[in-house]
Amino acid sequence: MIDRKKMPPIVDAVHYQLELKPYTHHQLANGVDVYMIDAGAEEVLQIEWLYKAGNCYESQNLIAATTNYLLRAGTTTHTAYELDEKIDYVGAYVNRGCYNEQASITLHCLNKHTDVLLPLIREVLTESVFPSHELLLYQQNMKQRLSVNLRKSDYVAGRLIDAYLFGEEHPYGKYSSPSSFDALTRDALLAFYERYYKQGHFQLFVAGKIPGDIVEKLNRYFGDLPITIPDLPMHPCHPATQKKFNIQNDPAGVQGAIRLARPFPDRHHPDFLPALVLNTVFGGFFGSRLMSNIREEKGYTYGIHSYLLNLQQTSAWMISTEAGKEVCEATIKEVYAEMNRLCNEPISEEELNLVRNYMMGGLLGDLDGPFQLIARWKNLLLNNLPPAHFHRTIDTIRNVNAQQLQALAQRYLNPADFYELVVV
Amino acid sequence: MITFDRFTLSNGLRVLVHTDVSTPMAVVNVLYDVGARDEDPDQTGFAHLFEHLMFGGSLHIPDYDEPLQLAGGENNAYTTNDLTNYYIQLPADNLETAFWLESDRMLSLAFSQKSLGVQQKVVCEEFKEHYLNKPYGDVWSHMRSLAYQVHPYRWMTIGRELAHIEQARLQQVKDFFFKYYTPCNAILVVAGNVHVAQVRALAEKWFGPIPSGTRYQRKLPIEPTQTAARFKMIQAPVPLDLLCKTWHMTDRLGASYHATDLLTDMLGGSASSRLHQQLVKEQKLFVHIDCYHFGSSDPGLVTIEGKLVEGVSMEKAEQALQEQLNAFLSQPPSEQELEKVKNKTESAIAFEDMSVMSRASSLAYYELLGDAAWMNLELSKYASVTTAQIAAVSNELFRTENQNTLYYYANPSA
Repeated sequence: MIDRKKMPPIVDAVHYQLELKPYTHHQLANGVDVYMIDAGAEEVLQIEWLYKAGNCYESQNLIAATTNYLLRAGTTTHTAYELDEKIDYVGAYVNRGCYNEQASITLHCLNKHTDVLLPLIREVLTESVFPSHELLLYQQNMKQRLSVNLRKSDYVAGRLIDAYLFGEEHPYGKYSSPSSFDALTRDALLAFYERYYKQGHFQLFVAGKIPGDIVEKLNRYFGDLPITIPDLPMHPCHPATQKKFNIQNDPAGVQGAIRLARPFPDRHHPDFLPALVLNTVFGGFFGSRLMSNIREEKGYTYGIHSYLLNLQQTSAWMISTEAGKEVCEATIKEVYAEMNRLCNEPISEEELNLVRNYMMGGLLGDLDGPFQLIARWKNLLLNNLPPAHFHRTIDTIRNVNAQQLQALAQRYLNPADFYELVVV
Repeated sequence: MITFDRFTLSNGLRVLVHTDVSTPMAVVNVLYDVGARDEDPDQTGFAHLFEHLMFGGSLHIPDYDEPLQLAGGENNAYTTNDLTNYYIQLPADNLETAFWLESDRMLSLAFSQKSLGVQQKVVCEEFKEHYLNKPYGDVWSHMRSLAYQVHPYRWMTIGRELAHIEQARLQQVKDFFFKYYTPCNAILVVAGNVHVAQVRALAEKWFGPIPSGTRYQRKLPIEPTQTAARFKMIQAPVPLDLLCKTWHMTDRLGASYHATDLLTDMLGGSASSRLHQQLVKEQKLFVHIDCYHFGSSDPGLVTIEGKLVEGVSMEKAEQALQEQLNAFLSQPPSEQELEKVKNKTESAIAFEDMSVMSRASSLAYYELLGDAAWMNLELSKYASVTTAQIAAVSNELFRTENQNTLYYYANPSA
């Protein structure tokens, strides 16, 4: 008979010697940096062109995002439909993404199709024309999508809490409105495109089962593009002075979207890595204090999470949940009670050990596969962190102690410092 | 080509092993052959509620998650109308922890009244979050009950109403468990940095002693062939009108399944697809329009769904959609258009197969359908579809009498 009450012996994940597989680095003729991870069994590639063309660079709301989105809307030689047709014909995906500092275009394809796709990508990066009719259609449809999103309490709460933290004038806090879509002009898009794409700066991140001639091909299609590094404009933060907000959004709503948040330093601050561990204990995984208490003990919500915002110039500590309208107040009270518990009592060795193992196991899983590896490298590079940061992360997970975490909680988890928002 | 080994324990548990030593991780995937379609019509949402209870402690292990997290693992689960699937990813060194946990909850749950009470509340909040508090969250509740009259696909996995979840009793939970959660109704897939002999030994040790149970014989009512178009109109406090139409299609193993899947890609699903190109970009009648199906085990629904541009009438939008369908039916798609959707499928499968977790759940699913090896035949099945088959399947599918239409009107005061 086996003893089912006894857990089989485990290897503590904290003892794993984790290494971040190094990238290979190349430079194109114009000095563009190429970072590559060669891994995986499938004949697939992911290539990302990452431009300094995010929201921070725009002088009018939505210009960066719209320019990025409409890169596929037509070039001097192909209409939007012709581009879509060519990309779809080879089963490729060309996605755009606009963030705060960066904006990107990402290609996913089978290796055998790069010869068709790379010249097309060059074309959208150098010869886009932003046709007026495509812009008009975009404005109309985006305004309508916005009207749907504004009916969702979680969407509204997400916009407002960022605005409280950073101010509506800051790239991290500003949000869209129907009038900001109306104000977009083709000329403004063309000017932004000229400055930040055609004459801008990009880096290349390549991952997958990499064909031997990829650098040569990238050089052929992208090695002659002019490169100028744009200045990153600085925006002062104007956080809200009021701390508590109750917003009525949907009279028939049955749940409230709750967001609690406070400012937190960026990744270079010595408190950042220990805070990742403290956050995991607090609300960073299924076994966290918030989840155990508010979902598994009280059943107030389907899920509750805390996290540090992934921003480059600063950060914030956020707690996010949707809870039954009648238990929103009780939920917030419990979140604060959990903060106080972390401030007043050291975390037990047993709980801390579990969290260390969980985080290390998660890290091991996160390093699995070419796309995951390149994403981790990209995060280090964009935040100007050295490769040793990876080992510092592991050291912190292994060695940070309960006293340090308690002191950290006392520094940052004070209910009075948090913005508190409920949107019903 | 996904390779695997397969064996069956004496209690009927089917075990599949897929080795990939390029990863340091292991995946343990347990699929139970029970979904929302197996529920009592007066007790809908039970299969999904039950999935939550599977984390509330088992016979010998009071807490499922804690030991797994200690072993560096993560897990989750999902319920569909067809099946319930549980999966764990953990460092391969700690594989046995997953066997210990999964086998104990297959042996028996702890059946705690407290866990039932809490999870009833949690699931009610999930219901509210995704289906009541979200605009358009109830579209599928209306469409399912319109398109299906007798088959249990007529309700959603989450259930028909909150009351069904609130009314669940502990005895019903026990009955459900011993009927469906047995070795002979389950498929275990172990994948990643694992070896067959190791998995066989662990499976014998932990799952071998569990009583087999009785194989569940599914006898679901068969949906009668629809003979006349159906129509429903509702009003909801949403900003935009929505048009949703469905047509009954074949089951997952039906001869026309792959042709049907490809034709939905021709109509919707990508920027260059017909409906997006014509109705969103050219005629500017829809904000978005999609064509898809769920790939359900029993005969499913091809769906076309889109939100209307403000000021466009439902009748006009529907008429324009019908013209597109007529054009599709009157002239078979070109070889080039077929090649395009085949290429897309090839690419989608390659990206999907990158993850060990996704390979493991696919193997379990194809084994449930009849044979895990069918997973490796999918590409050739898609490749063999011809334009003539697409034309024949489309003509059979898009008949007026096979059609269900939902007008979902925006009305601020509804």
